[in-house]
Amino acid sequence: MTDKGINLKIRELQSDIGKIKDLEISIGKFRQDNWTELQGPTPFPSMTALRNWDKKLLARYQPFYLPFSDHCDLCTYGKCDLTGNKRGACGINMSTQQSRTYLLAACIGAATHTSHARELVTHTIQKFGSDHLLDTGGLAVGVEAPTIRLVCGIKPETLGDLETVLDYLENQLTQLLSATHTGQEGNHLDFESKVLHAGMIDQVGMEVADIAQISVFGFPKADPDAPLVELGMGVVDTKKPVILVIGHNVLPAINIIDYLKDKRLSDEVEVTGICCTAIDATRYSPKAKIIGPMSWQLRYIRSGIPDVIVVDEQCIRCDSLIEAERIRAPFIATSEKNCLGLTDRTRDPADEIVADLVSGKAPGVLILDPDKVGEVAVRTACAVAPERKKSGTLLPSQEIIDYAKICTQSNMCLVCQRACPNELNIPESIKAAGQGNFRKLIDIYDECAGCARCEQVCPQEIPLYTMIVSAAAQKMREETFKIRTGRGAIQDTEIRKVGGPIVLGDIPGVVAFVGCSNYPKGGQEVAEMCMEFAKRRYIVCTSGCSAMSAGMYRNEEGKTAYEMYPGSFEAGGIVNVGPCVANAHISGAAVKIASIFGRRPLRGNYEEIADYVHNRVGAVGVAWGAMSQKAASIMSGFWRLGIPVVVGPHGTKYRRMLLGRADREQDWYVHDRRTGEKVYVGPVPEHLFFAAETKEEAMVMIAKLCMRPNDTVKGRATKLTHYIDLHRKLFGTIPDDIHLFVRTAMDVPVTMKGEITRVLEERGWKETIIPDPTLLSHQIIKKEL
Amino acid sequence: MTIIEPRQIAGVAGPETASGSIRRAKHSVRIIGRRGMGSMGWGDGIRKAKHPVLIIGHRAAEIDIDDKKMLDYLLELAQKGNISVIATPHTNPALLERDYTKAGIMPAIEIGHRLTDPDWKGIDGKGPYDLAIFAGLPNYMESTILSGLKHFAPQIRTMTLDNTYQPHACWSFSNISGRDWLENLKAIIEHVED
Repeated sequence: MTDKGINLKIRELQSDIGKIKDLEISIGKFRQDNWTELQGPTPFPSMTALRNWDKKLLARYQPFYLPFSDHCDLCTYGKCDLTGNKRGACGINMSTQQSRTYLLAACIGAATHTSHARELVTHTIQKFGSDHLLDTGGLAVGVEAPTIRLVCGIKPETLGDLETVLDYLENQLTQLLSATHTGQEGNHLDFESKVLHAGMIDQVGMEVADIAQISVFGFPKADPDAPLVELGMGVVDTKKPVILVIGHNVLPAINIIDYLKDKRLSDEVEVTGICCTAIDATRYSPKAKIIGPMSWQLRYIRSGIPDVIVVDEQCIRCDSLIEAERIRAPFIATSEKNCLGLTDRTRDPADEIVADLVSGKAPGVLILDPDKVGEVAVRTACAVAPERKKSGTLLPSQEIIDYAKICTQSNMCLVCQRACPNELNIPESIKAAGQGNFRKLIDIYDECAGCARCEQVCPQEIPLYTMIVSAAAQKMREETFKIRTGRGAIQDTEIRKVGGPIVLGDIPGVVAFVGCSNYPKGGQEVAEMCMEFAKRRYIVCTSGCSAMSAGMYRNEEGKTAYEMYPGSFEAGGIVNVGPCVANAHISGAAVKIASIFGRRPLRGNYEEIADYVHNRVGAVGVAWGAMSQKAASIMSGFWRLGIPVVVGPHGTKYRRMLLGRADREQDWYVHDRRTGEKVYVGPVPEHLFFAAETKEEAMVMIAKLCMRPNDTVKGRATKLTHYIDLHRKLFGTIPDDIHLFVRTAMDVPVTMKGEITRVLEERGWKETIIPDPTLLSHQIIKKEL
Repeated sequence: MTIIEPRQIAGVAGPETASGSIRRAKHSVRIIGRRGMGSMGWGDGIRKAKHPVLIIGHRAAEIDIDDKKMLDYLLELAQKGNISVIATPHTNPALLERDYTKAGIMPAIEIGHRLTDPDWKGIDGKGPYDLAIFAGLPNYMESTILSGLKHFAPQIRTMTLDNTYQPHACWSFSNISGRDWLENLKAIIEHVED
């Protein structure tokens, strides 16, 4: 690889001995590349290699900064007041500081996935060997790692090959992070370009992580019929010992499941999970149960159901140990990244650790050997469960009423409502609870993001969150849903079937619901959106916490989204790819469309492929409850491919949007590859990063953002039909910008012809041509006369 | 005298906030101005504006004030003050129920973005706005948009008519009760009409 001290690369050598082709030797590695595809222009791109592409996107989609704070306080010059775009002591202004802050978030997110990937690869190489072949779907998946191929220009075949990729990612992350140092970068658009680079790096890191674990752990391999598994708090058999795993790194959970199998205890102990570890646990064993997204973390712990809590990494509450102690559940931390102040017991005999946890001598331990975690967790759970089951942790009704009266007698200060991210009317619900009516508390349970900030601020120290959870105890028991577990990659054969209809617009779009659960009005909105778009024959993808929320709602027939719609990548499918790191399969599908259907060279050819995806693949990401830095980097990876992302209203707290200006005609020209002419194509897609105020606004925007310059007239008519229909259904009128999206009279949906024609006439609409669109002048293929 | 705090706990913005204290007047609460803006009497800022715009979010159609919705008061203000209205898309069904079809429809985040452009001619095409009055958006979303305008739209002044204190606005109510809110909205509508 290029970053090694010694590197010998021979394209072709003929000698007396024979012929050598594509031989590469570097320190510590020997890699023979059998991939015949020609290397593209940007293998292993540096921070600036794709800067020109980024600039094209950023010229069209300008940052709109929404500072969270007026200050910069990252160095000892500060705090500096940057109000009104003033410059601070180092010379930075507000727009640059905001883009720098976003880059920090994206680096954190990308580093998290990359570190996760490194741990998985190191572990799996130790267990299975570096020559273990990658297999993400057998013969159905020829392009096994589209993002690695695209970005790095290599075709990984073994676990060992992934180490080379990780070396590159870690190098780039160090470079990117260094750019955020005081005085390193002074232009907001260059910071934004680096944000996009961080996002691309993140996508590669996610792909590495998931293909490694799919290849060795027997997870579903690109399987549209991945098993339906149980979801919700009500699915847990609370009579059995219950282990809770939280986080994203499945290794400890796998060893728990293996230990149970070895000891023939699989039917005796419940393995339950929260967040992405849960999805991966069910990919490994469908007997594992998913409790819910990360916002379910505190409510499940406070329910008292888990007998032992095992945490790995990412998105775990920092007070999880305190919460475990509150319900007297022994606690096991398993990651170097999340030690929580616990004593490292990795080298101690399992007997001693179990004894200390069971007796309460140690409320929690740190064990950095996943194999040992399996034994300790299971034995501890079995030992403590009988005693723990004797007493509950939820409040009885009378205690809820008594606490509520303390509140109502003390002047209803409203600070709980002011501290609530969604400003839920906690005071009113407490007032009603004081009178014995828990209905309003139960309603709050549905929309609660599970942060418990209400409790933190209560001057009376009333356990408000426990009151909400206790009031909703019956509702928790009724949470029994189904989710199709993570299927992994999209098959090449599926891409061949839908590539044409997507690029030509016959399938109106691919909508991916991804990310965290900081929803403005609860997770039901995600389920409703998924079902609406599946019903309209879009391809719907899900991942991570959003995949869980999509399954936590039943329609009138009592079915969840995953029971109603197939898991295949086809019109009307709801495709759960898996945990956060499986997001790479969604962007990977877009890349594969360019490669397999579009026949564009993939290898190290990022710019051309991104240009293809941006202009032709009607895909939209939706991160309705995006909260974390990982969500920031995931979204950035989609943006660099030119794929728009819609977030909920909390998403404005990411501090900037990337918005197009439909009213500026000059922004919406592309080159026609066939003629070289510049052609106006309308604002498609109109935005790259957009925060919607409500679910309804999001749905209409999603339909609009699926339009692409390349749509055929039939495809554009289909997309306009959905856009106009949703607008009319949800806002009561037809949109006032239809004229911007109609290129020829043939684009107009037949069923709406009269109405739309009138609008077009009023607006002085003129017909334009449909080009073979590209933003890249070097893509023009017009032959010189 | 009452010390005002941001509605959102920890929502402390920075040095240029509508900070300080509020005085309870005879029947009402004065709007508080950000540094350099000064506190105002009722409707002064609106009356002095040459091209104001009222931006209405969907919550205006949900929130009751006395026996009407917040939206009804806002539309009355727009009508009496001859103020352009831009409603966010999900607000439109409530406008149609009231046969109000004069509003421009645009998502909140797009409105915020366009307001940072000093050359934007406005949704009515009459030229740049000099006052943007916000009401009915989710509190935290309104806060971030107002922050964006505070930093990147120096040519425009901002006001919020929600009953929660928004430190990033040029002018905002403090966190006031429904009764005070009603009283103040009525006073502003009256004053604008004078």
